[in-house]
This record gives sequence, structure tokens and C-alpha cells, in this order.
Amino acid sequence: MSETGSHENVSDDDNLPERPDSQADAQGAVEKKADNPFADPGLPPHEHRIQDIDERAAKRSERTVALMFALSMLATIGFIASYVAIDIDEIIYVWPLGHISALNFALGLTLGVALFLIGAGAVHWARTLMSDVEMVDERHQVAAEPVVEEKVKADFLQGAKESGFGRRKLIRNTMFGAVALVPLSGVVLLRDTGPMPGDKLAKTLWRKGKLLVNENTNQPLRPEDIAVGSLTFARPEGLEHDDENFNNEIAKAALMIVRLEPGDIKDKKELDWSHEGIVAYSKICTHVGCPVSLYEQQTHHVLCPCHQSTFDLADGARVLFGPAGHPLPQLKISVNKEGYLQALGDFEEPVGPAYWERPR
Amino acid sequence: MSTTTDTPASDSKRKAPAGERVADWADGRLGIYSLAKANMRKIFPDHWSFMLGEVALYSFIIIILTGVYLTMFFHPSMNEVEYHGSYVPMQGVQMSEAYKSTLDISFDVRGGLLVRQIHHWAALIFLAAMLVHMMRVFFTGAFRKPREVNWVFGFLLLLLGMFTGLTGYSLPDDLLSGTGVRFMDGAILSMPIVGTYVSMFLFGGEFPGHDMVARFYSFHVLLLPGLMLGLLAAHLILVFYHKHTQFAGPGRTNKNVVGMPLLPVYMAKAGGFFFLVFGVIAAISALFTVNPIWNLGPYRPEEVSTNAQPDWYMGFPEGLVRAMPGWEVSVWGGHTLVLGVMIPVMILMPLVLAAIALYPFIEAWVTGDKREHHIADRPRNAPTRTGFGAAWISWYFVLLIGGGNDLWATHFHLSINAVTWFVRIGFFVVPVLVFVATRRICLGLQRRDREKVLHGRETGTIKRLPHGEFIEVHEPLDQEQLHTLTAHDQYEPVEIGPETDENGVERKVTRGQKLRSRLSKGYFGDSGQIPKPSAEEYKELTSGHGHH
Repeated sequence: MSETGSHENVSDDDNLPERPDSQADAQGAVEKKADNPFADPGLPPHEHRIQDIDERAAKRSERTVALMFALSMLATIGFIASYVAIDIDEIIYVWPLGHISALNFALGLTLGVALFLIGAGAVHWARTLMSDVEMVDERHQVAAEPVVEEKVKADFLQGAKESGFGRRKLIRNTMFGAVALVPLSGVVLLRDTGPMPGDKLAKTLWRKGKLLVNENTNQPLRPEDIAVGSLTFARPEGLEHDDENFNNEIAKAALMIVRLEPGDIKDKKELDWSHEGIVAYSKICTHVGCPVSLYEQQTHHVLCPCHQSTFDLADGARVLFGPAGHPLPQLKISVNKEGYLQALGDFEEPVGPAYWERPR
Repeated sequence: MSTTTDTPASDSKRKAPAGERVADWADGRLGIYSLAKANMRKIFPDHWSFMLGEVALYSFIIIILTGVYLTMFFHPSMNEVEYHGSYVPMQGVQMSEAYKSTLDISFDVRGGLLVRQIHHWAALIFLAAMLVHMMRVFFTGAFRKPREVNWVFGFLLLLLGMFTGLTGYSLPDDLLSGTGVRFMDGAILSMPIVGTYVSMFLFGGEFPGHDMVARFYSFHVLLLPGLMLGLLAAHLILVFYHKHTQFAGPGRTNKNVVGMPLLPVYMAKAGGFFFLVFGVIAAISALFTVNPIWNLGPYRPEEVSTNAQPDWYMGFPEGLVRAMPGWEVSVWGGHTLVLGVMIPVMILMPLVLAAIALYPFIEAWVTGDKREHHIADRPRNAPTRTGFGAAWISWYFVLLIGGGNDLWATHFHLSINAVTWFVRIGFFVVPVLVFVATRRICLGLQRRDREKVLHGRETGTIKRLPHGEFIEVHEPLDQEQLHTLTAHDQYEPVEIGPETDENGVERKVTRGQKLRSRLSKGYFGDSGQIPKPSAEEYKELTSGHGHH
């Protein structure tokens, strides 16, 4: 950035426009006025407001401001009255807002009016009654004067010299080392904020023989419970809503079950892992982990409502559209001796969003 | 108080009023008079656009006031409880204490719902005000020396504000915000090598775990607002120290500031404006419900609702993620590089933000200008900068459309695929088109200013000359207008100069110099600006007393 110096043709100053300094002060402007039609004519004269010359207008403004402040007081009293008088459960119909909480409506409006009128009064006061004669402040350069700059730099060098900072390199270097190392303690303390990932993301509760429990009825599913074109959500047998780790487990184990016509299934592996056209897929989107849940029974497509990734359930849950990077994992299922649907093992690949350690 | 002191001032019989005595007391200990000398009658220039930053400041204060109130009722805990409060539809539902206490604030604390609504509305307005304020500073060039550092402070406030908002709306542990955090976890997992570790360490184990709300709570109420308060104080101190920029005009130069004094005018106007902003936000909160968590239900990782949207300021990363193709590649023997999530979240989102953060330094390098600038530019007089700003805004809006592609599809009966493809292409094309169009519009406006200066204002009066010709009467501008329209600086493009120096020796021209020269030509060459009229041109045209 600083490669341009004055010895180069690319000079930092060549391309700057000239700025006549005379514009800065009024005297110069007057002098130049004759030959420069664009010169700064200086501040225009102050124009009086009606309130400046007519005392009755000023009185009117005063009354307006006082009225606003007085109304604000009334609104505050209204706020307190609403707080005391209106029941918190009361619902009223207000067109066009619909059915809303009466208390929230009354408190919000009275508070809003009380605050707004203080502001409006203050602004009206400033605009009509306080002096509107424009005033001028001079600016001063931010950078210090050369004398100050030299003094500061000399002081610094003197201080640095007295510390021996530059001369005693051993002290300097060990100090840098110590100060650089000490934050490591803080970093180390962060270690126990969570466990190591291990294979936690790759394993779910599904095991061989686990029944598929309907999320709505809490009953194990039989093949005859699942009609063609329906969408059923299931969780593994044994996982209950009040379990300590329910959320963590369901976040991986949630299952989406549909029944297709076996002839419609295009993917060979999908057909092998299905039972009479019933296929079980992970409900967790492979993009960033939202539950996929919008099913179109005619096309066998499922859509994730978060980022609109679309999967084809008749073709190995292949990604048809959207930002997902790989198909939804399928769970191998069959029917046990009692006629209930069961898993034949865990998912063969991690469910949910992809990550670095995920095999691909 | 009643005992007389032995200072000379007390010799007089008159006793100073109580307020003055308190001030004297404080001055002896804090030196407040020296502070007030420079600031009590400090001059602030007036322009409507200068209040945008005030909206941001006041909504931040409102957020802090209401936020402190909310902490008295909110339980940042993910312990599961069964709901038995007064909201009937949720009776018996299992939920976290965080969600339950948010329901209690909404239905059992009188005024609790209002404070929650004000808190959320003020946050939405805070972020919007910061963005618009930043655009005002950008388009008027108010980020130039000496204000570059304050620009960066402001940018950091915007960035931290986004994450304070995100951690804040995630606290109630409702279905919508939980889905948002799930997305965040998916984005974290996409980080190469460290993703799974960061995820485990942030959530205290697998998502969602039991620690998320408590951790986000400490980020949201302590860490992030603490940083923001420090930055805000620095931002305001610098505003005072640099003195505010002003637009060019008669008597307004780069070396002065013209306006009204802090006491009393701006004390009343700005103080009053705080109440105006607060009043409007309170009224909005009474009329329009934001984030009705009671409709959404508690978070469950296997449930979701349609139309899932983040708060608006998180819409642009959402759009990036939705539009990105789902690229996943295998690297280093079977590891997965999740480009489809990593590129938008880890590369493009910082890029969109960094483009705006670094701009002042890029422009300063191109112009090579080391002078202080206190006169705000009119956007038309910096066509290339204005073009870049407009292009950035269009970029942002394309991504907002992408973030709500489902809503665009359902509301306007469009195909979601078509909307997504529009965003994919628009991401590259729209900013370019907007840049070109904006620059041309600016140049057109510069030409019009030039016409106005040289030939006067079109009066609309048509005059018939003796020989039958019709002309429109042009009224010459007065000197105040002439000065205002010609007060801006115009740079010359940087020239690299000949390849060889005067002795025929090849000169070394670095790539940086070449780039700078090309950028400078684009900014300030013939296609980048219309030369402003010179006094000579003006005199030549007016001295003849002729009309053109």
C-alpha cells in the first residue's frame, strides 16, 4: 500500500485537486468574489421565524408544547390505570388487527403516546422557540503539531531507552514468551466445554430388532398400518419423551416411513432394504439438519421446509434440487415374527449434515 | 452545606443555587467545567440523514432497558418441565424452562408481553438503523480520513449486533429458533477438520444438549452487549472529537462546522428524538405481534414448521445457503469437504461483510488522498463509489430474496426452483448491472448540475423572440447555489508514466501501481466523472449577455 513515493511518477499528490484556502475564511471569499463567481459568499443572513417576531405566535407555540407535555402526563396515568384495571387474560377484537390482548394493546399505546408526546414537545420547543441562529465552530487538524509530535517521539525514545527494552534482549524475548503463553491456560480451560466428538454423530439408537414406534400413537408399527401414499414418523422402541437425552437421540434417530408401489422403486438397494414397498428414511436433512417433512405422494418427493432441498424417495432419496449434498440415509427394515416392523441394524452411514470425518 | 467555607467566592452574601453548588462540587473533583467548555455549546450541523445513527443509538438503549427487565423473569435453563400455566393450548406440554418462562412473561406478567415485544421490535429496528446509517456514511463519503477507524467501529457494532440478535432470539427455545440453531450447528459442522469439535464444545455435547440456552444467555446478556457498549462509547467519543461532517454550502467549509449548539437545541432535539423513537416502538409493539412463540411450540429436533425464516438481518446468509448448490467433495482419503455449506457461511458471508468494512481503505489507496475530509459528498459527485454502494445493496437484496425463496414462491405463485435460479444468477449479474446503471445516473445528474451552473435554472417560461423563435427562459443561479454546486473536489486519475525513465532505463512498475492506476482511471477518468464547470467557462458564457 505504501509503495508509492514522491520519487515515483505515481505520486500521491499529483492527482489531488487544488483547494483554494481562501475559501476557508470569509474575508478571502469577499476579495475573490469579484473574479470567482463560484466563491463562497459566506453564511446567508439569518431569517426570522414567525415566533421570533410575533409574540402571539411564540405564545401559541408555547401552549402547543405545554399541551403535548400535559397530554403525555394523561397518557401515563392511562398506562397505570390500564395496568390496574385490565385483566391480563382479556382478549379484544380490534379491526384490522384481529383478536389481541387488551392489556398489551392498552399498555403499549398509552406508553407509546406518553413517550412520543414528550419527544414531539421537546422537538417543537427546539424548532419554534429556541434560537435558530446558526453558529460556527472552527475545526482543528486531528494530527498533532510538529512540535508536539517531536516531543512525544523523543519522550518515547527516552522512556524506551531508560527501560533497556531494546538493549536487554533476553528480558524482552522471555517477556514476549511469557505473555504469549499465558493465554493458553484460558484456551485449555475451554477443553471441558464439551466431550470429544468420537463417533457420536455416526451412531444412532437403531439396532437390529428394534421396533419402529409411531410418533403419534406411540404404538409399534405393523406393515398394514401404513397405507400407500401416507407419511408416518417413527422413533426407535424404548426412546421416551421424558428421557434425559430424548432430544439428542431423536435428533439423529427420527424416521420417515412411506409405502410405495414396489414397482415404482427405481433404486435396487432401496428395494432390497424395504418391506412390501415400505421404506424407512432418516427424517434429518443431510444439508444442515432440519427435519424433512413435506411429502408429495404423487411424485414421491420430500421437501425440507428450511432450505427447500428436495429428495426423491422412490430413487434412493436422491437429491433432486436444493443445497443438500447427499441422499437421506435409508434404514434397513423387515417384519419380526409378531408382525411388527423392525430395524435390521443402525443406519449404515451417519445421518444429518455432512462433516469432515464423515466417510464419503 | 450550611456551614460557610473559606473560599473567596463565599464572601459575597449571595448563595449560589443548589444545582450550581453541586456542579461546583463535582468540578472540584471531576473537572467537569473543562469538559463542558468544549462540549456544552458544541455545534452540530443539521440534515435529516444525520438522525439515522441516532435511531440506532436509541433503539440500543431501549433494548438494554427492556432486556434488563426480561432477565428478571426469564430462566435460562433447558430443564424439561410440564406446562401448567395460564395459556390453555399448551397445558401439559413438555417444554424447557426457558420456553416456559417466556410463556409466563407473555401471559402471566402484566406488561411482560409488551416489554418482550418492545425488546424484539427494537432489535429489528436497531439492526436496520445501523445498516441504513452505514449506507448514509458510505454514500456521503463520511468514512474518509479522519473517520476510517470510526467506520470500522461502526461495522463491528453491526456485526456484533447481528450475533447478539441471533443468540437473543434463540433463547426462548421455541421450534422456530431451535431450527435456526440447528442450521447454525450444521454450518459449524461444515468447517474442515475442527467442525465436529467446535460443535461439541459449543453445545456441551451433541446438538441440542442441555447447555445451549445457558451459554447463549451469557453471550447475549453479557459478552456481546459488553463489547458493544465499549465500541459504542468509542464511536460516540470519536463523533464528538472529529466533529460531525456537513454538506457543502455557503459559509460551510472543510475547516468549520455550522449548525446549532448542543445546549439547548440538540439537547432538546436529540433528547426528544429518543422519546419519539421509544414511543413509536412502543406503539408498534402494541399493534403488531412479533415472534409469537406460543404459536410455535417448544423446540423438538424432529419437528419443524413451514415458512421457517430467521430475523431479517440473518436473511442474507440464509439466502447464500439456500442458493448454493449442494457440493460435497472427498479429500484426503475419505474426508468430506462440505463445500455446499462451507462456501456460503465461512467464505461468502464474511466476504459480503468484509467488502463493506474495507472499502474506506481501498478508496484511500486509490485516491492517495491524505487530507482530512469534513464536507460530505453528494452521492452523484462520487459516481464510482455510489455505484459500488448501490451494487452492494442490490447484492444484499438478492440474497434476502434467496433467504425467503419459499415465501416468494408461495406469495407470488412462482416455482421455488425458478426463484433459486434467479438468486444463483442474480448473485453475479445484478450487482454489475446496478453498478453500471447507478454510475450512469450519477453522471447524468452531474451533467445536469453542470448545465444548471452554466446556463441557469429552467423556469418553464416560454418566450417568443421577435423573429418567431421560441425559447425557454433560464434564470441564472445566485452565488450561494453556484458555490454549493461547484464546491466538490474532483481528482485527476493517477498516471503511471512512461515505461522507461528519462535516461532510457526501464522503470520498475509494480503490479500494485498498475492496479491502482487502472482503478484510478475508472474512478476519475473520462468515464468516471463529468468535469465540473470552471469559473472561466462560466464567465465566458455569461459575459456575452447572449442566450444559447
